[in-house]
Amino acid sequence: MNVVVCVKQIPDPAAPGALDPSTHTLVRSGKLILDDSDSYGVEMALQLAGNVEGSEVTIVSMAPNGETSGLRTALAMGAARAILVSDDALAGSDALSTAKVLAAAARRAAPDLVIAATESTDGYTGTMPVQMAELLGMPSVTFAKRVSTDGTTLKVERQTESGYDDVECPLPAVVTVTAGVVEPRYPSFKGIMAAKSKPIDVLSIGDLGLDAGQVGRAGARQEVVDVSEAEARGSGEIVVDEGDGAQRIVAFLEQLKVV
Amino acid sequence: MDRIWVLAETAESGPTPVTLELLTAARAHASTVEAVAWGPDTASIAGTVGEYGATKVYDVGDLAGALPGAPVAAAIAALVASGDAPDAIFVPASYDGRDIAGRLSAKLDRPVLTNITGFAQGDGQLTTEHPVFGGTLVVTARFTGDGPGIFVVRAKSFTAERSGGGPAEVVAVAPGDVGATGAAKIVERHVEAASGPKLDEAAVVVSGGRGLGAPEHYALVEELARLLHGAPGASRAIVDAGWVPYSHQVGQTGKTVKPTVYVACGISGATQHLVGMKGSKHIVAINKDQEAPIFSVSDLGIVGDVHKVLPALIEQLKSRG
Ligand SMILES: Cc1cc2nc3c(=O)[nH]c(=O)nc-3n(C[C@H](O)[C@H](O)[C@H](O)COP(=O)(O)OP(=O)(O)OC[C@H]3O[C@@H](n4cnc5c(N)ncnc54)[C@H](O)[C@@H]3O)c2cc1C
Repeated sequence: MNVVVCVKQIPDPAAPGALDPSTHTLVRSGKLILDDSDSYGVEMALQLAGNVEGSEVTIVSMAPNGETSGLRTALAMGAARAILVSDDALAGSDALSTAKVLAAAARRAAPDLVIAATESTDGYTGTMPVQMAELLGMPSVTFAKRVSTDGTTLKVERQTESGYDDVECPLPAVVTVTAGVVEPRYPSFKGIMAAKSKPIDVLSIGDLGLDAGQVGRAGARQEVVDVSEAEARGSGEIVVDEGDGAQRIVAFLEQLKVV
Repeated sequence: MDRIWVLAETAESGPTPVTLELLTAARAHASTVEAVAWGPDTASIAGTVGEYGATKVYDVGDLAGALPGAPVAAAIAALVASGDAPDAIFVPASYDGRDIAGRLSAKLDRPVLTNITGFAQGDGQLTTEHPVFGGTLVVTARFTGDGPGIFVVRAKSFTAERSGGGPAEVVAVAPGDVGATGAAKIVERHVEAASGPKLDEAAVVVSGGRGLGAPEHYALVEELARLLHGAPGASRAIVDAGWVPYSHQVGQTGKTVKPTVYVACGISGATQHLVGMKGSKHIVAINKDQEAPIFSVSDLGIVGDVHKVLPALIEQLKSRG
C-alpha cells in the first residue's frame, strides 16, 4: 500500500504571528517546523503501512523556499521518502492552488491512501484535502477519529455534531485526521540519523506540468483589502482567590440574574 | 447582487441554526435568496427556509448514506454549468459544509474564502471579514476572479431573523454521476446521549480544560453546568486526551458559543479556544496562573485553584436551592 501524507512546514506557533504589511500574507521568515497537526497524519500513515506488507510512506509538501527541516522530522519518524515542491512562484498560494500542486506531486507516488490534517495550524482554511481529493478523482472522508484499512476498503469513524458515523469507502481515497487520533512517536536517534540519507525529491511547478499563473498570488484570485484591529474585549476585574472566589462568582451571577 | 445560494443543512428538528443565520445574511446582500438542500424529506423544510427568505429550494434528494460532499457539489456544479449560476454561494463552516465547499471549489475552479464572520458590500462586490490571531485582527478580503464565489461562514456570525416569506418552491435536481468520488458511505450512525440544553444554544456554558488535572474532575464542570441550567463544554486539550467527547469542544475546530455567561475552568485561553467563545456576553475565568491569556477577555477573573473554587461554588449554589 502506498500511503502519501501531506504535511505543512510552518513558523513555530509558539512565536507570535505577524502579517506582512504589504502583501497581507503570513510572515514566514525564520526556521520552519513540521506542523504539529500533521504529526498525527504521519503517525497514522506509519501504523497503517506497518499493517500491510510492502507498504511505503511518502511525505508530500510544498514550500516557496526549499525548506526541508519539517520534512526531516517526518522522515525521522519513519517515512521512506519525501517530495517537496519548491518554487518562487508558489508564494501566496491559496488552498485551491495548494491542492493542485499537492495533487500533482502525490500522483507521482501512485497513492492508495492520502492522509492530511483536517486543517493547518497557521492557515486553517480546512478545504485543501477535499479539493485535492476532487482533483485526484478520489472519495474523501474528513474528520476521522479512527482509521483502519481492510484489503481495499478504508474504514473510518468520522466525527459528527452529535457523535460519530462509521464510514466505509474503497481505496484509493483521501482521509483527514484530527489531533489526538494517535500518539505521534518521537523520532529516535537512529531515526534522525537515518533521515539524513533518505531521499527528498525537490520539484519545481514546471516539473509537475503546472503553469505559474495557476499558483501563488496570481492563482489565488482573492485579495486582502484591509487588516484592522478587532474591537478589543476589555478585561474586567481580576482577583486573587482568598477563599472568597466562589462568593464573588455567585455575586456576579446574581447581578446578571443568572441565579 | 442579484442572487445568492445558501447551502441548507437539516437536522431532525429542521434546518440547522447556521442555515437560518446564512439565509438572513444573504437577504441583506441579494434580491433573491435560494437554498440548496439534500436528504430524504427536503419538502419539510420548505416552510422554514421560506420564512427566512428563500424563495426556492434546490433538492438534491436522498443520498442513500453517501457522504454529501461529492453528490451535492456535483449537483450545484451542474446547475452552474447549465447557465443557472448565482453570484455567490454561502456555505456553513460545518463538517459537511466544508466538504461540499472543497469539492465545489475544485469542480468549478473557483477559490474559497473560509472562517468568515461578517460581510460588507463595496462597489457592488461582497467583501468578507475573518478574524486572525485569535480574533485580535480582522482581515477584510474579496474575490478578484469570475464568480460565483464560495463563502464558508462560521456559525453564530449573524442573528437569524424571519422575513415573513411564504414556503419556498421545491425544485428537484439530480446529483449526476460522481463516479469514484462519491463512494464514501455511512454504514452506521452513533449519536451520544445528551441531556440539558445544547452546547451552542445554552444561555450558560461551563467549560473545563487541562487545569482540571484528571478526567474525573470534569464531573465538577458538569455539576456546575447543571446547577446553572447550562451546558458543559471543553478545551481541545481534554478532548484530545479522551476525557470528554469531541461534541463538547469549544473553539476554532469545535463549536462557536455565544452564551450570556461563559465560565472557563482551568483553561489557558489559547487563540484557537478564544475564537470559539469570545463572543459570549459575559466571561468568568478560574485559573491559577495570573498571566493566563483567558483573563484578557474575562469580565471576572478568579486567580485560584479550580479544586477549591469549583466545589465551593457548587456548594453555595446548592445551598441556595
Ligand atoms: C489547528 C488547531 C486548532 C485548535 N482548535 C482548538 C479548539 O477548537 N478549541 C480549543 O480549546 N483548542 C484548540 N486548539 C488547541 C489550543 O491551541 C490549546 O492547546 C488548547 O486550547 C489548550 O487547552 P487548555 O487550556 O485546556 O490547556 P492548557 O493550555 O494546558 O491550559 C491549562 C490551564 O489550566 C491552568 N491550571 C492548571 N492547574 C490549575 C488548577 N489547579 N486550577 C486552576 N487552573 C489551573 C493553567 O494555569 C493553564 O492556564 C487548537 C490547536 C490547533 C493547532
